[in-house]
Amino acid sequence: MNAIEWYAMIGKTALVIGMLLMVAPVMNWIERRGAGLMQNRLGPNRVGPFGLFQTIADALKFLFKEDRILGHVNPFWYFIAPIVVLIPACMTFAVIPFASSITVDGTVIRMQAAELNVGFLYVFAIASLGVYGLIMGGWASNNKFALLGSLRSSSQMISYELSMGLSVIGLVMVFSSVDLMAITQGQGEALWQLGPLTIPKWGIFVQPIGFIIFLTAVFAETNRLPFDLPEGEPEIVGFHVEYGSMKFAVFMMGEYMNMAVASGLLASLYFGGWQLLPGMGWALGNLGLAGDAHEWARIGFEMLSFTLKLSFFMWFFVWVRWTLPRFRYDQLMDLGWKVLLPLSLANIVITGAMIYYGWV
Amino acid sequence: MLLKTKESLIRRMYLVDVAKGLAITIKNFFFAPKITIQYPEERRKYSDRFRGQHYIKATNGVENCTACMLCPTVCPAECIHIVAGERPDKEKYPVQFEIDILRCCFCGMCEEACPKDAIKLSTIYEMSTESRDVYDRSFLMEQRGNK
Ligand code: SF4
Ligand code: SF4
Repeated sequence: MNAIEWYAMIGKTALVIGMLLMVAPVMNWIERRGAGLMQNRLGPNRVGPFGLFQTIADALKFLFKEDRILGHVNPFWYFIAPIVVLIPACMTFAVIPFASSITVDGTVIRMQAAELNVGFLYVFAIASLGVYGLIMGGWASNNKFALLGSLRSSSQMISYELSMGLSVIGLVMVFSSVDLMAITQGQGEALWQLGPLTIPKWGIFVQPIGFIIFLTAVFAETNRLPFDLPEGEPEIVGFHVEYGSMKFAVFMMGEYMNMAVASGLLASLYFGGWQLLPGMGWALGNLGLAGDAHEWARIGFEMLSFTLKLSFFMWFFVWVRWTLPRFRYDQLMDLGWKVLLPLSLANIVITGAMIYYGWV
Repeated sequence: MLLKTKESLIRRMYLVDVAKGLAITIKNFFFAPKITIQYPEERRKYSDRFRGQHYIKATNGVENCTACMLCPTVCPAECIHIVAGERPDKEKYPVQFEIDILRCCFCGMCEEACPKDAIKLSTIYEMSTESRDVYDRSFLMEQRGNK
């Protein structure tokens, strides 16, 4: 590795980690204000401009709370469980590309923190480790309700992982790759030409059913409403009932980071990732830059495009949360095993047929 | 009894309804009037009959109360304590008038019972204190209402 690659790697990693750490406070604010506005309230608007510092105040509160290790818990596993939830959430974003590549002094830098050819298989592999955190937390709490809660959450996550994985197979068949960079690149091609309008080969147009299955499964995977049985604050007790102060906050941070990863995956698998949004290509052309400046501007636009798509899905998570009521446990399992799983299998068969007849 | 209703396929797919719900939420988000009252700056306007902090009405600086003891008698919380005395002009008056506001349930019976239109409940509702105060005569003599 030469110096440029080293710098690039450190820069990219810092960017991804920085972004992920920012996600939790920002999303917390957006979620609470969004909730307020959707429920005809105003939401927290006192601390700082528009209440932006509310999350800082909350974080300070969490830090200053007494960090108790309860007498009846198993201290080691109790302590390690939130970390086990957080770390996979941080790691998975590594393979999501946030822009295409740029050449600096003959070295091609791909704008993704880790260039793995296993692509999103890595995401699924690492993301499923998060379940261990839940089980550890529930088991170490030495509390029947926490244990029941963690069993419920883990069975939910395992059930939906299945259809999540299967729903993406169709996409892999279409783009013949599991590398997210290659998939995103493939989505730049045109699918149909409707007069002046070009429909790009975005995942959502090629795999609408796969998209809906993936979207639903991702909501269950990130424990967000309507599938937030693991947390279930109003009526059922979740796995983190024995947690308080910063440890609880770390669980929440993990949830927001998982949301960011899920949104990143949704954007890069189904909405063209860093492919420029309509109008951006035109704006880039009219900037009148050339050479290196043009390349960097292109990277900037691609990152902006990716960020916009990611933010939309982050917002979508919040939006759905305040729209849909929580599923009952049996309904959740019914949906996962009786609807999404057969549907995703059917989707694979249909996609196979479509590829055989050359439709996609 | 478990009722099974036959829904159409579209309904059972749930997606159309989800989209409708999302439309409603986003409509609320942007357009619905927000009903929050931003408390220290804005205050809720209570009705004039609101039963808040007590005061004893005075006419020309002299309390209306004649220490007839009707309000301590009627008070369900037994929180009014009056020591009666006599003015030089033989008029009966309360030497001491205390309301243990922590026991008061703001029922307004004292106000209803009073024949002299003396004890009143104002519309003031910000009454929190850091000590367990008993309202005494001088405190109650502050005219804090227009009833
Ligand atoms: S409002 Fe009711 S409880 Fe309070 S002092 Fe008057 S009579 Fe007693
Ligand atoms: S009822 Fe009225 S006049 Fe009688 S003691 Fe109470 S406040 Fe005074």
